[in-house]
Amino acid sequence: MRLFIPLAITFVAGVIMILQFFVPATQSMGETLQEWYMIVASFAIFLGAVNLLHVHSRRIRFKGRNWKYSPVTIIGFSAMIITGIFFGIEPGKPFDFMFTQMMVPMGATMFSLLAFFVASAAFRAFRASNWRATLLLISAFVVMLGRVPIGAMIWDRIPLISEWIMQVPNLAGQRAVMIGAAMGMVATSLRMIFGIERSYLGGAD
Amino acid sequence: MATFTEKLGNIDRRIIFLVMALSVIVPLAMRLTLPIPIGAGPSQDMYDAVEALPSGSRVLLSFDYDPSTMPELQPMAIALTQHLMTKDIKIVSLALWPMGVSLGNEALMSVSDSLGREEYVDWVNLGYKTGGGVLIVRMGSDIKSVFPTDYNGNPVEDMPIMDEVNKLGDFDMIISLSAGDPGVPAWIMMAGDRYNIPIGGGCTAVSAPQFYPYLGTGQMIGLLGGLKGAADYETMVRIGVDSAPAGTATPGMAAQSVAHLIIMLFIILGNISYLANKKRKGGVK
Repeated sequence: MRLFIPLAITFVAGVIMILQFFVPATQSMGETLQEWYMIVASFAIFLGAVNLLHVHSRRIRFKGRNWKYSPVTIIGFSAMIITGIFFGIEPGKPFDFMFTQMMVPMGATMFSLLAFFVASAAFRAFRASNWRATLLLISAFVVMLGRVPIGAMIWDRIPLISEWIMQVPNLAGQRAVMIGAAMGMVATSLRMIFGIERSYLGGAD
Repeated sequence: MATFTEKLGNIDRRIIFLVMALSVIVPLAMRLTLPIPIGAGPSQDMYDAVEALPSGSRVLLSFDYDPSTMPELQPMAIALTQHLMTKDIKIVSLALWPMGVSLGNEALMSVSDSLGREEYVDWVNLGYKTGGGVLIVRMGSDIKSVFPTDYNGNPVEDMPIMDEVNKLGDFDMIISLSAGDPGVPAWIMMAGDRYNIPIGGGCTAVSAPQFYPYLGTGQMIGLLGGLKGAADYETMVRIGVDSAPAGTATPGMAAQSVAHLIIMLFIILGNISYLANKKRKGGVK
């Protein structure tokens, strides 16, 4: 029964969601399921927050790996929640101050580190070891130059060549990947609806 | 003893980091600016599509990003908002990402204040709701049931801007500034394809290549890719508008130009070392 009920729910919900596109009578049922999804997803956020507190509290109590960072997580998390609930989230309030003056610069800093890792990784790994790698290297150089103003200053046709690379070879490759991924998604969805794929049940079998 | 080319191939990564940092800091500190060449491309298409909208049109602007991608996407948000408000186009905004709502509000308020536009008449921020693609589908039939109140908790039913807005089909265009999922693809699949609404977008430079198939099929009317797309749009919006404030993307392009050259230089140095060592060892890897 532990297995049958979730499989039955998945089957019924999946079939209704597909049928609503083809059978008008099932459209309202589909809309109801969508509303339920949004309610469940909202609860998932709450569950995630509780889980975050639970995981980090346990890590502190048992002195787990990198436990010294956990108090920072809990204090930051609590500070945002408390200021948001008690003072509001409008501009000028403590929540907004912490968001704009702390979260925004810290988030931007984390993403900016990518430039340093890209430079280091490209230096060590981007090698013209054969003609295919050389072709990739030349394409990368053209696109990198075409995406910045200095490329047009070197030669005014570089941005045009860069755009051609993006719109022809890149588009063809991306389209192939997308179609492949979409076919895989359809196959996996059908496997889940018909109970063949059960890994989403968390290992129950 | 290590040869020169071997040493060249083993540059300490701390030196690479230092040179990269200087390549970004120096152009920004010197306020170096380079002319942004505007030519045919997805940025120009995006601008032309917005420019073609008549005054009074309604645009849904979705802020689907967070602070980590803000340096690339926030200048787009400001330039797009400026263009839309200058043309007297009504903006209804929301966010599929929880932190996008505050960033979007910041952009809307700053431009609205500078152009003297009125909240709830010329623009409104509906806020964030979870659900991603499902949220979009629900908005296709009834927006006010999904967003009964706006970001500030005021009922949308009482807002003049929402008088004739009930479903996604009431918008003339949807623009998503997207840093991942949910974002542009969700808007294309759930809104653009189902309700025939033109979809425009902005994204980070690393994710721009994956959206070109949508441009090729016409499922997207235009795309702003990374800081380059933001700088293109800033430049186009500023043409003929002397009073328009300078954005942050255009000065950033000088720093990005130097950074790209430095990365290319390191790749060339790495390959010189690799090829020289390969030749010295008689082609043995």
